[in-house]
Amino acid sequence: MTPYFMPFWALLTRDLRLSVREGGGAALALGFFALVATLVPLGVGSDLMLLAKVGGGVLWVAAVLAALLSLDRLFQADYEDGSLDLITLSPLSLEGAAAAKITAHWLSTGLPLTLLSPVLSVLFGLSGPATLALALSLAIGTPAVSAVGAIGASLTLSLRRGGLILPLIVLPLLVPAVIFGAGMVVAVQTGLANGALGLLAAFSLAATLLSPFVAAMAVRLNLAG
Amino acid sequence: MITTLTAEKLTVQRGSRRLVEGLSFTVKAGQALALEGANGAGKTSLLRLIAGFLPAAAGAVTLLQDGREISEPEERGRFVGWLGHHDALKASFTVSEQLTFFGKLNGRSGDGTTLLEQAHLLEQIGLTRQAELPCRYLSAGQRRRLALARLLLTGRPLWLLDEPFAALDTAGKALVARLIALHCGQGGIVLAATHEPLGLGNEVLRL
Repeated sequence: MTPYFMPFWALLTRDLRLSVREGGGAALALGFFALVATLVPLGVGSDLMLLAKVGGGVLWVAAVLAALLSLDRLFQADYEDGSLDLITLSPLSLEGAAAAKITAHWLSTGLPLTLLSPVLSVLFGLSGPATLALALSLAIGTPAVSAVGAIGASLTLSLRRGGLILPLIVLPLLVPAVIFGAGMVVAVQTGLANGALGLLAAFSLAATLLSPFVAAMAVRLNLAG
Repeated sequence: MITTLTAEKLTVQRGSRRLVEGLSFTVKAGQALALEGANGAGKTSLLRLIAGFLPAAAGAVTLLQDGREISEPEERGRFVGWLGHHDALKASFTVSEQLTFFGKLNGRSGDGTTLLEQAHLLEQIGLTRQAELPCRYLSAGQRRRLALARLLLTGRPLWLLDEPFAALDTAGKALVARLIALHCGQGGIVLAATHEPLGLGNEVLRL
């Protein structure tokens, strides 16, 4: 392994292990996602036409909220126990550290959510192609959720109740992901091409490429504060 | 590895409060400097500034390494062995896992964190029997010892220690003094914020 990749890999696997051992990982996100997806059809009623129409949007919103649950501790836990100081002094740049943390967060939330979505789409009576479109849109879009979330997490890392402000910062920034993600499902259902796939991919790419730099900058400012 | 740490007319500021003003000192390879001062005098802030976390309000910190002057904070940080207030340990990780992670984070997989070296490190630090114990079961003193072991692992030349004796028993304090002497003997530099003598006839800087 190259000298730069090993620190990156070390941090990535550590964060994954922590998410399993100390909670806040896949199980929590999946549980929340499944519960919300179950509650909506119960509240809306058994109108299958209506459920299929809103299914893509509802599942996208549920997935974004589920991924947000564990985001507030992304940098905060390491900031509070002093680990962030040691990571800053390591050969891994803060940008690299942020990228490792974003990847770990996606592997422990975004990826499991994507894999569970075909099961939950049954509750909304989504057709086969629509289910496939939903899973594909989540696969493309959830990295952006982790990436944009990391920006919010880095900005609020020194706030004691930062977890409460985090959704207020992050959710408005994720509007494009929800619109284009749900748009991909609608495109399949109506048979009308709307370009959602390309726009979602562009948004996700831009977010994941830029976010490590923004997050690293915010972490530096917080450490100096 | 010839290192000299120089601070020139340094001003340490937290928010709008000036903690230290116009501080100058030089520490040469093999020397230890104790930072003393009342609580809130700015010892921790000064250490964080030298480590590169805090920007200097005025003045400069320079590290001379192999005849090269390093004044950029982020680059300076690559030479720093840091022992902060917090022990930076994860409750669910075992002592051995902590060391393995820290070794890999610092790019030392092959020779740095082999089981043999870990065993040697843990024996030196007095945690051999706790190697497979999750950190949540460690006492405050044992956590401090593990943080010290991490310091030895990276082999950084400039040690910045914030209250290195905190929570340690008599044997632990003697161990810290021994490690500092050893590090200086190998040409390293030690800066320690402390209320207790380092036990080396070292120089003392009062803030």
